[in-house]
Amino acid sequence: MRESDPILEVENLFASTDNLPILKGVSLTVYPGEIHAIMGRNGCGKSTLSKIIAGHPSYDVTSGDIKFSGKNINSLEPEERSQSGIFLGFQYPIEIPGVSNLEFLRVSTNARRKFLNKEELDTFDFEELVKEKLELVKMDHAFLSRSVNQGFSGGEKKRNEILQMALLEPKIAILDETDSGLDIDALRIVASGIKKISNAKTGIILITHYQRLLDEIEPTYVHVMADGQIIKTGGSDLALELEKKGYEWTDNFVKET
Amino acid sequence: MVNENLVKDVVKEPYKYGFVTDIETEKIAKGLNEDIIRLISQKKEEPKYLLDFRLKAFKKWQKMDEPDWAGLGYKQIDYQDIIYYSAPKQKEKISSLDEVDPKLLETFDKLGIPLTEQKKLTNVAVDAVFDSVSIATTFREELAEHGVIFCSISEAVKNHSELIEKYLGTVVPASDNYFAALNSAVFSDGSFVYIPKGVTCPMDLSSYFRINSGDSGQFERTLIIAEESSSVSYLEGCTAPMFDTNTLHAAVVELIALDDASIKYSTVQNWYAGDEEGVGGIFNFVTKRGKCLGKRSKISWSQVETGSSITWKYPSCLLLGEESVGEFYSVALTNNLQQADTGTKMIHIGPKTKSTIVSKGISAGNSINSYRGLVKMGTKAAGSRNYSQCDSMLIGDQASANTFPYINSQQPNSEIEHEASTCRISEDQLFYLQSRGIEFEEAVSMMVSGFCRDVFNQLPMEFAAEADKLLALKLEGSVG
Repeated sequence: MRESDPILEVENLFASTDNLPILKGVSLTVYPGEIHAIMGRNGCGKSTLSKIIAGHPSYDVTSGDIKFSGKNINSLEPEERSQSGIFLGFQYPIEIPGVSNLEFLRVSTNARRKFLNKEELDTFDFEELVKEKLELVKMDHAFLSRSVNQGFSGGEKKRNEILQMALLEPKIAILDETDSGLDIDALRIVASGIKKISNAKTGIILITHYQRLLDEIEPTYVHVMADGQIIKTGGSDLALELEKKGYEWTDNFVKET
Repeated sequence: MVNENLVKDVVKEPYKYGFVTDIETEKIAKGLNEDIIRLISQKKEEPKYLLDFRLKAFKKWQKMDEPDWAGLGYKQIDYQDIIYYSAPKQKEKISSLDEVDPKLLETFDKLGIPLTEQKKLTNVAVDAVFDSVSIATTFREELAEHGVIFCSISEAVKNHSELIEKYLGTVVPASDNYFAALNSAVFSDGSFVYIPKGVTCPMDLSSYFRINSGDSGQFERTLIIAEESSSVSYLEGCTAPMFDTNTLHAAVVELIALDDASIKYSTVQNWYAGDEEGVGGIFNFVTKRGKCLGKRSKISWSQVETGSSITWKYPSCLLLGEESVGEFYSVALTNNLQQADTGTKMIHIGPKTKSTIVSKGISAGNSINSYRGLVKMGTKAAGSRNYSQCDSMLIGDQASANTFPYINSQQPNSEIEHEASTCRISEDQLFYLQSRGIEFEEAVSMMVSGFCRDVFNQLPMEFAAEADKLLALKLEGSVG
């Protein structure tokens, strides 16, 4: 038995886009301090699940619930979800020309601070805060004066995501293939950043294909997704087994309830 | 796919300058003929050369056809159904601002342009034009100490006739185009600026144009002369009440820069744009041109065009002086059924002349937004360069954006560079910003101002903040 209440509860979630069903009954509960890894073939619905939790408007929840801190969030706008502490680290962070990264980070941080009834930061105070957080992901100050993600390398984009996570201090972070496209050094930097930001009160969902991220961050649970469902759940050894046997091994699993 | 309804709501903010000032006005009869022109000239007590200038222009205008090459769709204008002179009634001679009708002062107060001694803006001198006449010009004495002349053009005709006679119509000849000819025949008021040799104008100069009456057109005329090694930054703002009829605004602006002189001319145009169905709004047919006469002279246009039902405007530079520089920075935003056809002409005549064009068009609703520009390198323009960048942003799926760049080079030893792009605010970009706690409308406005950044950077500081806000207001409800 756990002492605290769950942060996130996904209950028998069905969702579709353009009338095409993608999620077919996903259930997942995350308690504070837990790290959940979700693995599975491309197209199994991992990324969709993460976008739906963050409130992407292209997907329709057809049935089921998403609860955050005990409250149903199905009807909340993406910005409200973010302000209340849900963070999605994108697999492909999009470029936004003309919008300064620094200004974007500040507006975003202040939106979260406002929700938490904390004082909003002016440009000078924010500079201080961001300098400290840049250290976590070993990013150069020069990134701040560029446009959001514009001209960033794959690794820089991912580090920028973790920087945002560090600034927003979410209660739950869903990191969608944050490890893809990273070399070994960048992977270590990103993984250590994630570890430093997370604590006993936060929950993390890592969506990944590879064991190498899980070598750095040991998951509490590993879930395997196929065709819009979680078909198997286990401990960190499940990922190792999966690495050895490949997804073919899971093809014969029936859904475990 | 973007949530279309959300994206469509961002341009619905009510127009806050739409009020009408209830004031007694002196209007002449509707219609346009020689007698009307003589009457206008007589009211303004003009010298004969100016009346001749007007009458000649009128004769030319009568032989000209209204241009249709921009492909703008609007109801035929009945030029006989317009009042060509309308002025608020006030005392004959006004010796100080305190004698200006309080209703007029109140009007400009409401527009954020206080004129009285106690309240006037401290860092900028203002010439306030109401319908056909200039009401007041602030900081005249202070400017006069530096030899700077800043007054209404009517006054300049009386007090600085030699300058008017020398320069009026030398940049935009009366026969230049249909609307310039019309303006030359009937122009009423506008601003006059003269910066003497070697003087850097100690403060920004600004004209604020207010159309108040619904049935009269506004035909202002502005002339700015910068003598050798002088410089000036001039700002222009415009608003009008909301009428369900269209009002014609046909202005002419002429700039002249001599050796090493520089003129920066910034406009924030926020005429009433008509309602969502396209009813009402200003027809803005404007001819603006600067002549870089002197060596190393520079003329820089920056404009933020957000209002008017129709905008037809091409602030241009004639680069005559060796190493002279022309610049054009523009943001044009259209929404609902607005149409904008705007751009510039950079005519390189002298050697080693340089021009830069940065145009940002944003179209929302069912609007049409076109960039139309000409870059010409004349036979003597050896070593000249042009760089043009024209970007369009589409909001929603009913708006259109066009780019018509005309390039004409007669000089092999010159460079012309043109870049163009079109983008749409994508759902994924919006989602990215939203997923970081940024509200939808703020996300749109961040992206729009990001798109316009290169142009806003060119605006005087107070203007840039104003422009940013204006764009956000205009777009409210058009995205989503």
